[in-house]
Amino acid sequence: MKVQISEDLVLNCMRCGFCLPACPTYREKQVESASPRGRIALMRAVMEDKLDILDIADPLDACLGCRACEPACPAGVTYGAILEQGRAQLAEVRPLPGVVRWAYRWLLGTPGGIKFSAWALWLYQKLHLSSLVRRLNLVEKIGGKGLADMEKVIPPVASPAQRAARKPAYPAVGARRYRVAFFLGCLSDIVFFETNQNAIDVLTRLGCDVELPAGQGCCGAVHSHAGEHAMAVEQAKRNIAAFEAGGYDFIVSTAGGCGAALREYDKLLADDPDWADRARAFSARCRDFSELVEQLGPVPMGEMPGTYTYQDSCHLRNVQKVAAPPRNLLKALPGARFVELPEADRCCGAAGTYMITQALMSDRILDDKSEKVRETGASTLVVANTPCHLEMLEGIQRAGLADQVQVRHIADVVAEAVRKAAPAGEEA
Amino acid sequence: MLRPEILSALQAAVGEEWCLTSKADLVAYSYDATPLYQRLPDAVVLPRTTEEVAAVMRVAHEHRIPVHTRGAGTNLAAGTVPAEGGIVLSLNRMNKILEIDQENLTATAEAGVITADLHKAVEAVGLFYPPDPGSMTSSTLGGNVMESAGGLRGLKYGVTKDYVMGLTAVTADGRIFRAGGKNVKDVAGYDLVKLICGSEGTLCIVTEVTLKLLPIPETKRTALAAFPDMEAAARAVSKIIAARIIPCTLEFMDNGTIRAVEEYVGLGLPTDAAALLLIQQDGPASVCDADIARIAEICRQEGATNVEHASDPAEQDRLMQARRWALSALARRKPTTILEDATVPRSQIAPMVAQIQRIAEKYRLDICTFGHAGDGNLHPTCMTDERNKEELERVEQAFAEIFAAALELGGTITGEHGVGEAKSPYLEWKVGPVGIELMKNIKKAFDPHHILNPGKLFAGETRKRVVVRQ
Ligand SMILES: Cc1cc2nc3c(=O)[nH]c(=O)nc-3n(C[C@H](O)[C@H](O)[C@H](O)COP(=O)(O)OP(=O)(O)OC[C@H]3O[C@@H](n4cnc5c(N)ncnc54)[C@H](O)[C@@H]3O)c2cc1C
Ligand code: SF4
Ligand code: SF4
Repeated sequence: MKVQISEDLVLNCMRCGFCLPACPTYREKQVESASPRGRIALMRAVMEDKLDILDIADPLDACLGCRACEPACPAGVTYGAILEQGRAQLAEVRPLPGVVRWAYRWLLGTPGGIKFSAWALWLYQKLHLSSLVRRLNLVEKIGGKGLADMEKVIPPVASPAQRAARKPAYPAVGARRYRVAFFLGCLSDIVFFETNQNAIDVLTRLGCDVELPAGQGCCGAVHSHAGEHAMAVEQAKRNIAAFEAGGYDFIVSTAGGCGAALREYDKLLADDPDWADRARAFSARCRDFSELVEQLGPVPMGEMPGTYTYQDSCHLRNVQKVAAPPRNLLKALPGARFVELPEADRCCGAAGTYMITQALMSDRILDDKSEKVRETGASTLVVANTPCHLEMLEGIQRAGLADQVQVRHIADVVAEAVRKAAPAGEEA
Repeated sequence: MLRPEILSALQAAVGEEWCLTSKADLVAYSYDATPLYQRLPDAVVLPRTTEEVAAVMRVAHEHRIPVHTRGAGTNLAAGTVPAEGGIVLSLNRMNKILEIDQENLTATAEAGVITADLHKAVEAVGLFYPPDPGSMTSSTLGGNVMESAGGLRGLKYGVTKDYVMGLTAVTADGRIFRAGGKNVKDVAGYDLVKLICGSEGTLCIVTEVTLKLLPIPETKRTALAAFPDMEAAARAVSKIIAARIIPCTLEFMDNGTIRAVEEYVGLGLPTDAAALLLIQQDGPASVCDADIARIAEICRQEGATNVEHASDPAEQDRLMQARRWALSALARRKPTTILEDATVPRSQIAPMVAQIQRIAEKYRLDICTFGHAGDGNLHPTCMTDERNKEELERVEQAFAEIFAAALELGGTITGEHGVGEAKSPYLEWKVGPVGIELMKNIKKAFDPHHILNPGKLFAGETRKRVVVRQ
C-alpha cells in the first residue's frame, strides 16, 4: 500500500518555530533540518515534488520520533503522523535490510516469533555465548555499535520454565472491581518478563481480574517507526481481534511506547471501514499501568527508603499524555524522597530502535541525560518504557554510576512497595 | 549555486561542517514564519563567533553575494527569506550569555541567545528583562533587536529598543564595530544603537547585545473583564490610563477570538461578549491590589458585564489562559493563519476594530482580532487556506485596506512585526517619499553594494494606496 504525505497535515504547520526548543535533535545539531519545523518543511517539499524522498533520508533517520514537538505546537500539528508517512515513503525506495525485515515480520511480528526470541535469548545467555560473541565483537560486526552496546546491558532474562508457569489469568485479590486485559508487548516481555508479572500482581491486589488474552503480539510501533505501514496495520488488527472479545474494562500495558501505539490504533485504522469502529473501541480502553494504579489507588505501600527520580517515557508523556501518575506514585512511597529530574521530559536517546540505528546521536543525548541523573543524587532512576529502561542501563554504566544508581521500572518499584505493606498477598 | 572557490572561502571561514549546501538544507532555510513566502538560498552558513561573521562578510563583500541574517526565523514579514538567493547566515549557534552585570544592571549576550533563556538567567538573580514577545521561547535576541519586538508588557515597560544599550556588529564589508555600551547617558554622535534597532538585517549584522535590566517586580495581580460592546471596552481602556494607572498588560480579544478559544479549550468564557480585556499589574502587593481594585471598578462603571480578579498565582494563570490560547485556537481553524499587526493610537482602538470587522465582511473573510489594547497594537488574524488562490487575492486586498484604515486613524502598518518583504509595498504609505529617500540613503551609507538582506524594506513598487470609505 502506497502511503502519501498528507497535504492537509503538512499545511497545518505555520512555521512559527515554537517546537524548536523542545526538539532534542535540534538542540544537539543546531541546524534547521534537524528540527520539527525543518522536517515538516522537507516532507512538504517532497509532497510538492520539489525534493526526492531520498534527499531527506538523513533528516528523517535522525528524528527520534519522541514527539516532544507535538505538545509544544500551538497549531496542533500531528507531527507523528506526518513522520510515519514520510518514513513509509522512504521505506518504499530504501527497503530495510532483508534480515531486519525478516526479524520485524517474524521474530517480533508474530506471537510465536516472540516466544521463540525469548527462548533464544535465554539460551544465548545460558550458554554464555555472550562472552564469546563479545570477544569476537560479533554483534558490533553484524548490527553495529548501537546493538552491541545494548547487548551488553540486557539483564538475565526469564527462563522457559518461568514463562511456562505463567497463567492465562490472575484473579482479583478480594472483591473484583474491574476486568483488565494485560498487553505483554514483545521486547518488554522478552527482556522484562518480571516487570509484567509485577504489574499484574499490583493490579490484582487493587481488585482487578487480570487476563492475558491469547493471540496478542507486538504493538506494531517498531514497524510503523521503520515505515513498514502494512506490517503495523497487521499487528493492530491482530491485537484488536485478540482483545475485543473479552469485554474488558481496560487494556493495560507497562511500556509507554507500546501503550501509545495501542492508543493510536484508532488513527491508524481510521480509514478502514471494517476496522475503524473496532479500533476506536479498543483504543478508548487503553491505560498505562501507572495511570490505572493511580486511578484505583491509594495503594498501601511499605517503607522504600532512598532517593528516587523519574525519566519520562516520551510516548507515555507526549502521546498518552501521562506525566503525573508515575510521579505521584513515587512521591507517595513511604520513607522515600522524590527529586524531579531536570528536563525529564526530554528523550533519553533510546527512541525505540534509534539507539541501534543512530548510535552516535543517541549516545550524545544519553550522556547528557546521565549527567542530569548524577546531579539529582538519586539512588533509583525510575523508567516507564522498555527501550528507555535498556538505554538508561547503558547510560548509567557509561557514566560510571552503576554502583550508585539503580534503574528500575515503575511497576517493579510499586510492586516491591506493595509487597512490603502486605506480604501475605504474595501468592496472588 | 556558489562558485567552488567562494564555497571553499566560506568553509575556511566557519569550518566545513557549518557550511551547508545539500538540497535538503537549502529547503530548510528557504522560509520563516511568514505564510506564502519561500525561496532557496545558495548556501547556509552558521558562524560561532563575531570574527567568523566578519570573515564570512569579507567573502560576501568581495564577491557581492547577498547575505540574509537569520535568528530563529520566527518573524512574520518574510524578513529572513532569501529574496535574492545567496547566503543565509544563521546565528543560532552564537547562544552564550556573556555577562549579567548586577552593578550596572545590564546583561550582555550573543545575538543567537533565545529570549526566554535570557529571562530565566536574569530572573535567577532577581533581575528582570521586560520584552516578552509571544515567540520568546524560540526567538533570538538578535531577531528581537532587529524587529524591535514588543510583547504583552509593552504598555508599561516599552519594547526591545528601549532596552538595547550597546551592541557589537559587523559591517557589510566585514569590519567589527561597537556602538553604545553600559552608559545610561551617552550622546557621543548619532545614536547608532537606536538606528540599528528595527533595521531588519539591512544595515549590519549584530553579534552581541548589551541590554538594560530592571529589578524584578515583587508580585502580580490579574483581572478579566467582559464587555457587551467594543466601545465600552475601549472607554474602559482610556479611563484606566486617565486614572493614572499604567498596567503592565492590557490585552484585548474580540468576539470571534473569544468564541474560537471557547470552542477549542472551553474555559467558560462569555461567548456573547463583544470584547474581553485582560489586565495585569505588577509591583509591590499593596499597589497592585489597589490598582486592580480600581481597574475592576472602572470596568464595571463602563458597562463590563462580568469582572473577575485574582491574586492567587493559579487563579491568575487561569485568567491568563484565555489570551494565551488565542493564537492556538485561531491557528487550528484553518490551514493558513495570517497574523498582522496594524497599530493605532490607543484612543482609536474601537474605530479600528470596527473597520477591521467591516473590511472582513466586505471581503467575506474570517478575520478575528486580538492584541495589545494598552498600546493600540492589534493583531487582525486571518484564517484561510493557501490553496484557495481566489480567497488569497481577497486577503491581500483586505489587508491593504486594513493598513490604509490604520494610517487614516493616525496609526502605522506594523507595530512590532516589521516590514521585511511582506509589507514593503506599504512602507511608503507610512513614511512618505522623503522618508523613503532618507532611509535609502542611510542604507547606502551602511551597505553601498546592497548585499545585506536585499529585497527587504524597500519595494520594487509601492502599492496603490487604497481609499478607505468611512
Ligand atoms: C506565533 C508568533 C508570535 C509572535 N509574537 C510576537 C510578539 O508578541 N511581539 C513581537 O514583536 N513579535 C512577535 N512575533 C514575531 C517574531 O517572533 C519577532 O519578530 C522576533 O523578534 C523574531 O526573532 P527571530 O530570532 O526569529 O528573528 P528572525 O525571524 O530570524 O529574523 C528577524 C529579522 O531580523 C534579522 N536578523 C535576525 N538576527 C539578526 C542579527 N543578529 N543581525 C542582523 N539581523 C538579524 C533578519 O534578517 C530578519 O530581518 C511572533 C511571531 C510568531 C510566529
Ligand atoms: S510549533 Fe507547530 S506550527 Fe510551529 S513550526 Fe512547529 S510544527 Fe509548525
Ligand atoms: S519527534 Fe522528537 S526528535 Fe523528532 S522532530 Fe519531534 S521533537 Fe524532534
